[in-house]
Amino acid sequence: MKLLTHNMLACTIKGVQNGFPLKIEAEEVVEREADFDPDFLRHIFPKLEWAAFLEGARALGCAEGLPDAVPEGALEEEAFLRAFHHALLEVHLEEGALVCPETGRRFIVSKGIPNMLLNEDEV
Amino acid sequence: MGKGERPEHTAPPEIFYNEDEARKYTTNSRMISIQASLTARALELLALPPGGPPRLLLDIGCGSGLSGEALTEAGHAWVGLDISPAMLDVAVDREVEGDVLLSDMGQGVPLRAGAFDGAISISAVQWLCNADRSSHDPRRRLRRFFQTLYACLARGARAVLQVYPENAAQAEMMVGAAMKVGFSGGLVVDYPHSTRAKKYFLVLMVGTGGAAPAGREGDPDADEEGGGPGAGPSTVAVAGRERRGKRRGGPGGGGGGGGKDRAWVLKKKEKQRRKGNEVKPDSKYTARKRRRLI
Ligand SMILES: C[S@@+](CC[C@H](N)C(=O)[O-])C[C@H]1O[C@@H](n2cnc3c(N)ncnc32)[C@H](O)[C@@H]1O
Repeated sequence: MKLLTHNMLACTIKGVQNGFPLKIEAEEVVEREADFDPDFLRHIFPKLEWAAFLEGARALGCAEGLPDAVPEGALEEEAFLRAFHHALLEVHLEEGALVCPETGRRFIVSKGIPNMLLNEDEV
Repeated sequence: MGKGERPEHTAPPEIFYNEDEARKYTTNSRMISIQASLTARALELLALPPGGPPRLLLDIGCGSGLSGEALTEAGHAWVGLDISPAMLDVAVDREVEGDVLLSDMGQGVPLRAGAFDGAISISAVQWLCNADRSSHDPRRRLRRFFQTLYACLARGARAVLQVYPENAAQAEMMVGAAMKVGFSGGLVVDYPHSTRAKKYFLVLMVGTGGAAPAGREGDPDADEEGGGPGAGPSTVAVAGRERRGKRRGGPGGGGGGGGKDRAWVLKKKEKQRRKGNEVKPDSKYTARKRRRLI
């Protein structure tokens, strides 16, 4: 699972108000090359929750080069775009868990696949 | 899924799509080409403005990634979800580009609000019309699905869901549930006069009061890019309503081994090709190294 996907995932258990962002517990993290596409990065940037992305990047050990607040113009800079691209698309959580910030419910990630299935009483 | 028994009547999806079925499904060349062309049509109906950047799309009931691969080929990023672990394992073994989630759409999509540029679903949503457990109420599950789907899409985005309704009532039930949560749009029927080629697409829009576009008519075989003999102004056959108000250990899966090199992978892919199986084109990423960070 990439941080792009993590940035979209939320805990939707019945009654949960703040199921985002899920906290990452990393056991195994791997890197895979992906095509560098500045157009996509610029398109996706405004859709991201940056604070959640940073927190995720720290949990996966790939936050280097990512500022707390992204300065104007950064999306035109190669160095920032490369760091952003790497953390967003090339670093994958293979094994671990995602934890709901409100309820503490853990969603297991195995072989890179988050198990988001809910129990009957959570729907 | 032509004549014969409908899979939804035989077992719940996570049972029907077991390891055996997942493998058979994904290596069936007829299936591969049907799913690819359904996805191409769904993309066309998504009507993303041309020439833009790659988009972030959701693939509901993504299975082993046949539909997702068509999204990748069209240049888009995607996230898939499916209820069958076996199908998702195949997707991961095949090194699809999108991330996949194990999730039951009838429980709602586990996604935050407003971020996806569009959603597709190929041959999956009709499964929601069946109750697989005593606790399942199809209408409730459809409502929950459409509510959360609506919420995760960006304004102006569309969802295009290709479905195999069992009958008119089922099609109505799906369209009705979608309209009730706020989608506009409706059902598009391609080739309504051909039993073989007839296909249903729910075309749903967020925040635009549009009607569904026209379905394709005419000769399905001649109709590559909408250019068949009958390709005049085609019509919507059914109810368009407006709203009021890349992976895993060693290739070949199975984990273990690891460390298969590029030459090995290329050779294996060549062998599959010779057998006539569809194989991803070789690229600089084929058998790329995976570096363990943590
Ligand atoms: C015919 S397959 C299509 C897979 C893929 N879209 C393709 O084009 O190859 C239907 C898929 O829908 C999935 N499915 C059925 N019910 C589901 C549910 N409630 N939630 C998520 N996926 C579901 C099945 O597991 C199966 O993988």
